[in-house]
Amino acid sequence: MLKDITIGQHFPGNSPVHKLDARFKILITIGYVVVLFMSTNFVGLALSAVFLLTVYKISKIPLKMLKKSLKPMMPLIFFTVVLNLFFIKGPGAPLISIWKIKIYLEGVLFCVVMVARIILLICGTSLLTYTTSPLALTDGLESLLKPLNKINFPVHEMSMMMTIALRFIPTLIEETDKIMSAQKSRGAMLDSGKFKDRIKALVPILIPLFISSFRRATELATAMECRCYHGGEGRTRLKQLVITKSDIISTVLCIICFAIIISTRSFFTRVI
Amino acid sequence: MSVLKVENLSYTYNVGMPGETKALNNINIDIEEGTFVGVIGHTGCGKSTLIGHFNGLTKPQQGRILLDGKDIWTEWEDIRQVRFNVGLVFQYPEYQLFEETCYQDIAFGPKNMGLSEEEVDKRVKMAAKFCGITDEMLKGSPFDLSGGQKRRIAIAGIIAMMPKVLVLDEPCAGLDPEGRELILSQVKNYQLTTGATIILVSHSMEDIANYADKVLVMEHGTIYKYAKTEEVFKDAENLSRMGLGIPDVTRVFLKLKEKGVNIATDVYTIPYAVKTLLKYKQEKEAAKNA
Amino acid sequence: MENILKAENVWFRYTEESDWILKGINLDVKKGEFLAILGSNGCGKSTLAKHFNAILVPGKGDVTVRNINTKEEEKLLDIRQKVGMVFQNPDNQIVATIVEDDVAFALENIGVSPKEMRERIDDAMKKTGIYEFRNKAPHNLSGGQKQRVAIAGIIAMRPECIVLDEPTAMLDPMGREAVINTIKSLNKEYGITVVLITHYMDEAAQADRIVVMNEGRVEKIGTPKEIFSQVEWIKSLALDVPQTSDLAWQINQHGYNLSTSAISIDECANQLYKFLEE
Repeated sequence: MLKDITIGQHFPGNSPVHKLDARFKILITIGYVVVLFMSTNFVGLALSAVFLLTVYKISKIPLKMLKKSLKPMMPLIFFTVVLNLFFIKGPGAPLISIWKIKIYLEGVLFCVVMVARIILLICGTSLLTYTTSPLALTDGLESLLKPLNKINFPVHEMSMMMTIALRFIPTLIEETDKIMSAQKSRGAMLDSGKFKDRIKALVPILIPLFISSFRRATELATAMECRCYHGGEGRTRLKQLVITKSDIISTVLCIICFAIIISTRSFFTRVI
Repeated sequence: MSVLKVENLSYTYNVGMPGETKALNNINIDIEEGTFVGVIGHTGCGKSTLIGHFNGLTKPQQGRILLDGKDIWTEWEDIRQVRFNVGLVFQYPEYQLFEETCYQDIAFGPKNMGLSEEEVDKRVKMAAKFCGITDEMLKGSPFDLSGGQKRRIAIAGIIAMMPKVLVLDEPCAGLDPEGRELILSQVKNYQLTTGATIILVSHSMEDIANYADKVLVMEHGTIYKYAKTEEVFKDAENLSRMGLGIPDVTRVFLKLKEKGVNIATDVYTIPYAVKTLLKYKQEKEAAKNA
Repeated sequence: MENILKAENVWFRYTEESDWILKGINLDVKKGEFLAILGSNGCGKSTLAKHFNAILVPGKGDVTVRNINTKEEEKLLDIRQKVGMVFQNPDNQIVATIVEDDVAFALENIGVSPKEMRERIDDAMKKTGIYEFRNKAPHNLSGGQKQRVAIAGIIAMRPECIVLDEPTAMLDPMGREAVINTIKSLNKEYGITVVLITHYMDEAAQADRIVVMNEGRVEKIGTPKEIFSQVEWIKSLALDVPQTSDLAWQINQHGYNLSTSAISIDECANQLYKFLEE
């Protein structure tokens, strides 16, 4: 049932991609997104795809995972296609013209580029969560955002919230499962009936779940106080993030790849 | 007459996955109508999986569950009808309360049964009486009550469906001795007044010893023993080998036996222990005087 | 012996309008002892526990931890390092997603260096028998294991005293046994003062002293034998006595005179042997 859902989509492994410092991985991912949006020609996009496939190969993440992560995004991709295909007008004559619908060459090209970008974007960011544990991701983000502390951005609090959320997701899923079973035992109909009835049927699940979450929150807060929690000030960490030689080499390699991809802009004609 | 029958029931979690575990392995039991059955066994012995099958929350992978001789998955028109007949009280049932008043919460089950308003009212009052819930409590919010009281409201919510079989999973967990006693005696009273069958899962051997007519001992997804309570506690040595902690009085009697006193060891409650000891003493004195 | 905790005429209520929950508690906890606080639900034992490390402060009276009054707010972190606290629900005290990170949580908060932290958490995890689970996620552990993670998280602070509020109430018998054995070994082998709040009489029976509470007051303080031999009085407080004491007491109702302070199985069997064979 609910327990079977995998959270965070993390696939533990031992590949160089897995081992790369989370901070660098986040930065490289951001870099990759920028590169994608700067690729305005097919060669650049093709190279971006090759780059991503290579990294996937190294990370040993099965490619069929891609299908899984793309599936929920299909409506968005479809929407993009429709929007661009029908509404972009080019200077020349339309390729196809049926009734009021006119499709221009520019529209088709734009569509192809946009779809390629979206797919690569999703696959690229998914790779980050596939290869990085939620904990490492949180630590990496906290460390990267640290400079924002100077402008009073609550970096530590944000990362504490993320940690607690990650910690309690499995607990709350289990609890939801239990409450659902308990209400079903009292004859609640959860998986049948009209839409309106189904929404109504959620009340006996959600109220106990909220009450229990608040109770947990209070208890957790007390327990944290008992363990001297007093915000991020003066805190040390058990696990220090250490930058290794291979982190630097990997990052430099990625930067070189990105530079090559971007440079294609000056050699090939823009599509859009 | 048999009310609940389990035939060749097997269940495996995570089939074909790395965490594959066999929770139930070919279980066969026949529960007589009106019995108070205690279920004991370690965490992970399969008892929770088994009771989840009783009211159709879990569908058998292999085997069948028969209620009143009818397979609950094929011969009952609706699995909900099975759930109204086999009431299941979960661990910490107070966490399922959600209505504004205790009355409404207890009425949730009967309303789902589609009963008339008068019938629902009757049922709520009946259940409240069984669980020692006052009219004042019924009008108030369940969230203003103490832990033990909340739990009794939740149990009343199941009793209001008037199930033929009432299954309780650790109903006394976390309660103090008084709260524990209260809930168990109310459940016993429900059994005696309505002739319902009770299935009580508990880690407390003392509670099982005091209330159960028969005991089901589970180990590694199989049934180790299903017999009369005194029969099961006679086997005290094996129970304690299984790490199932036997009542302290039984331990005292085992010790006496070890010291060479010729006394029965199937003693598992204090009143019975007192009776046995006094009888032994009187016979001894009578023999001395003769 | 020196006192670690001292409660002097402590009164407490949550708001001005509500009833007093604690009504003049006087209690000393001595260094190195194993003290059990026994009482039925709602007697105020958990409220009292929260006073020992300044989660709550008395409305009237004083609680002192090693002569520091819990009302001194600037000493709060000192007090909480000296007196650690473990609660009933293990799930709701574990903060991190990996066991060893959770054990380190308190040390991170008080700014211990990573190197010393590693030593201290390894030590704490070994003392509580959870070292082998250090890289696991808490939700994959059993209740008893989780509760020992929570205890390790406190022990890592190297407190002088640890207060446990019904730590076994939600556990199965095996989990209970593992937790109680851990608590006992922390007390006996490592000299940590233990205050155990419980309503399980078999747990209280293992303590050096028992405090019996009822309706916000301390009713009696004594050794387990002194307390449990008073079967009628204990029962009147809606508490259990060990079956051994109960058995002796019920036989006495038939005109005999057995000792109700024979609590252990052996003591009880010996007494009954004499009773039957002489």
